[in-house]
Amino acid sequence: MTAVLDSPADPSVERRRAVQEAARSSLRRRKLSSRIALGVCWAFLGIAIIPLIGVVVYVVAKGLPAWNLDFFTKSTTPEGIPGGGVWNAIAGTVVITTIAVVVTVPVGLLGGLFLAESDGRAAATLRFTADVMTGVPSITIGIFGYIAMVRNFGGASGIAGAFAIGFIMLPVILRAGETAFRGVPQSLNEAALALGARRATIARKVVVPTALPGVITGVLLAVARGMGETAPLLLTIGGNQYLQWNPTKQMEALPVLIYNNSSQPYADLVQVAWGAALLLVAAVLVLSIGSRLVAARLRKERR
Amino acid sequence: MTDADVGTPSVEDALTAGTEEAMGQPPVGEVVMTLADVAVAFAGRAAVRDVTFDVRAGEVTALIGPSGSGKTTLLRALNRLHDTVRTASVTGSVRLGDLDVYAPSTDPTLLRSRVGMVFQRPNPFPTMSIYENAVAGLKFNGVRKKALLDEAAEAALIAAALWDSVKDRMNAHASTLSGGEQQRLCIARALAVEPEVLLMDEPTSALDPIATKRIEELVVELKDRVTIIIVTHNMQQAMRVSDRCAFLLMGDDKAGELIEFGPTATLFSEPTDPRTLDYVNGRFG
Amino acid sequence: MAETPVPVGARRRRSLPDNGYRALLGAVAVLVAALAVWFVVAIVTQAWPAFTTLGFSWIFGKVWNPSHGRYGLLPFILGTLEATAIGVVLAVPIGLGTALALAYLVPRRLRTALSTTVELLAAVPSVVYGLWGLVVLAPVFRDTVEPFLTSAFGWTSLFNGPNQGVGLLLAGVILFIMILPTMVAISRDVLAVVPNEQVEGAMALGATRWQVLRKVVVPGARTGLLGAFTLATGRALGETVAVALVIGNSPYIAHSIKSPAATIPSLIVNNFGESSGTELAVLFAAGLVLLVIGIAVNSVARWLVWSTAGSSAGAGAR
Repeated sequence: MTAVLDSPADPSVERRRAVQEAARSSLRRRKLSSRIALGVCWAFLGIAIIPLIGVVVYVVAKGLPAWNLDFFTKSTTPEGIPGGGVWNAIAGTVVITTIAVVVTVPVGLLGGLFLAESDGRAAATLRFTADVMTGVPSITIGIFGYIAMVRNFGGASGIAGAFAIGFIMLPVILRAGETAFRGVPQSLNEAALALGARRATIARKVVVPTALPGVITGVLLAVARGMGETAPLLLTIGGNQYLQWNPTKQMEALPVLIYNNSSQPYADLVQVAWGAALLLVAAVLVLSIGSRLVAARLRKERR
Repeated sequence: MTDADVGTPSVEDALTAGTEEAMGQPPVGEVVMTLADVAVAFAGRAAVRDVTFDVRAGEVTALIGPSGSGKTTLLRALNRLHDTVRTASVTGSVRLGDLDVYAPSTDPTLLRSRVGMVFQRPNPFPTMSIYENAVAGLKFNGVRKKALLDEAAEAALIAAALWDSVKDRMNAHASTLSGGEQQRLCIARALAVEPEVLLMDEPTSALDPIATKRIEELVVELKDRVTIIIVTHNMQQAMRVSDRCAFLLMGDDKAGELIEFGPTATLFSEPTDPRTLDYVNGRFG
Repeated sequence: MAETPVPVGARRRRSLPDNGYRALLGAVAVLVAALAVWFVVAIVTQAWPAFTTLGFSWIFGKVWNPSHGRYGLLPFILGTLEATAIGVVLAVPIGLGTALALAYLVPRRLRTALSTTVELLAAVPSVVYGLWGLVVLAPVFRDTVEPFLTSAFGWTSLFNGPNQGVGLLLAGVILFIMILPTMVAISRDVLAVVPNEQVEGAMALGATRWQVLRKVVVPGARTGLLGAFTLATGRALGETVAVALVIGNSPYIAHSIKSPAATIPSLIVNNFGESSGTELAVLFAAGLVLLVIGIAVNSVARWLVWSTAGSSAGAGAR
């Protein structure tokens, strides 16, 4: 037994006694609270995972039966008439997304280069603009697309849809581009400059190739986002039950098709919606996972 | 990782283990902590091994040796900080008085109310005020009475030589203090819980020389009140503040081992082991 | 920076000279800015006739009946706020708990896989959530969830009315699911970067795991957590098609959580096709009101971030 030399009146000893007593008497309560709280966190994690599993399972279960040859090769048919498909919607989505990408990616990347290379007021304004753009609701972007394209050019069209989708994709590519270009080590830039290269050459031969994985990641993510947007297209492309490759005319698109069919009381139309949903989800997931793989390889190579 | 990782101690065991007698400060020189064949390994690879020595009350025991010799790893084993590392395993025996530190029935949170720690870089909680930092340990341990909190905070801040500087700005944020003051706040925070042993992991290595000197003076002042085990890579510091030293050195298997343990004066002037002699003569490290 | 002299032979390179390069980049920046300006101008000018014709009081009018010239926007403003509120009230605790689990509780090996799973939720297009919500969840709500909630909480008057499945509650839950990945991803990132030395400091004082999380980690990350909250709320406010599919599209102020209701985006998307003239201008103006609401919520959140950031750690040790 350890002899206690300090008299019990020593305040330090008294405090120690009081602290230990508080610690011991509260131990059970504290440990229980901790266990419960951590358990709740685990439960919430489960709750977060459940919808994803639920959605994917249902989309696959209900969408796969809709997939047949006709589904992919025929255009939509009205309710009750068999043999229809979503080929017109696929074509529309592909055309609209392609146009949006072709216009937005160069502009976005050049803007990203601008942001990566300069830090003045102009760059700050541009950055702020891009951030604000990402916060604009997609329905308002659709309204803008309507006003800018549909009104001024005499009607709904695929181009109007591409314009709206491009508006959504642009800030994503801008910021992803800036991040990717900033990631290029300054030493590479300086070495090239010291060798007498022009800035444009440096951009073309040093910055862009080095930043390419990051750029690809950003573009894939932007495309995935653009493909899935519905509201802007609802206001701009007009819909078309026939196959239409000409973007100056009204077109159909997968998200619009899904939206229109979802609320119909006809089972075969809903079935088509599920099939199209599966297609859309598959495409978007492939792009998202693909962009992650590129990002992961980027990190591996950098080490 | 949850607190349940302790195994399933019965709470009654946790409450009674660790004896009431330790409340008072034992007489100077009385053994408060014993280490026997202590070893720490990560994923099977030993980081430190074969450590056996006693820590005595009212003394400052220093763990010295070149970097990589496992001093910090050993220190952290004393308050079970390795519990959170899945790959870590601690073998051997560590006893605090009658308490087996690594017994399944020993609760780590209770243990840490008796064995406090001060870290290498000052780590006051940035969202808390000076007062809240000082009483943080008490609150974690379930102390609620304002009177006790205030009294303990004041006593601890006085002991840490910080009271005069902060008594009028207890609600200011901890980040308004200088580096040396922040470290003293961390010391006060640890002291407020009235631990029996205070572990200090190179507490001055992130501080300027003046702040370092003040903390060293503090360590010597504090040893009457709490037994101190300090890791330092600075031999002169060990000579200045410590009563006993444990010299650790990395062996061929990359694990640190205890080479020699003894009173500081002896270790530095007439060490038994030639490797100790080399180290204190500055031939490596 | 001075123009670096170009060797004679290099003139044959196809790259733009530095001035041209700079000009191109600058032009792009101007182009993007111009686009943003065009956006604002276009919407404001097209929405303006609604205000000149009808004044401003219609924004708070309770009755929406275009065929009789009544254009009250209040039911839709309230619907937007209520559905968003339900979504956010669910997403904040569950998102925070999930983020804590991912940052501190889940074993390291599983961390990436689980985090990715949650983040992939964000990749699913909103219209698919709408379809799933309408076809799969609505019947479940109608037959199971709503009866249960009504019997448990019917004493508050929040759950009056018939169980229809579609309505505010379902819309709020769908919004919760949709903004959860955002909350979790950002929260997890900011929680994980709370310095380990603070976590260890708390543990060394005798804190339980939960005490460490609650008193040190979460407060330490609170600026970022508010940012996550802001972003998630913004997304919920602007969500259109998923909400439109499950909210029931009733132009009346909801009197219970189960009521069908409508939001500003659902109003616009449902009425856009057939409207013209004043009604169309009103829809444009509604889009503008939505923007203003979004900016207001964003500003409040930013102010919250600013005011709490000011009271936490400042410049660090001198």
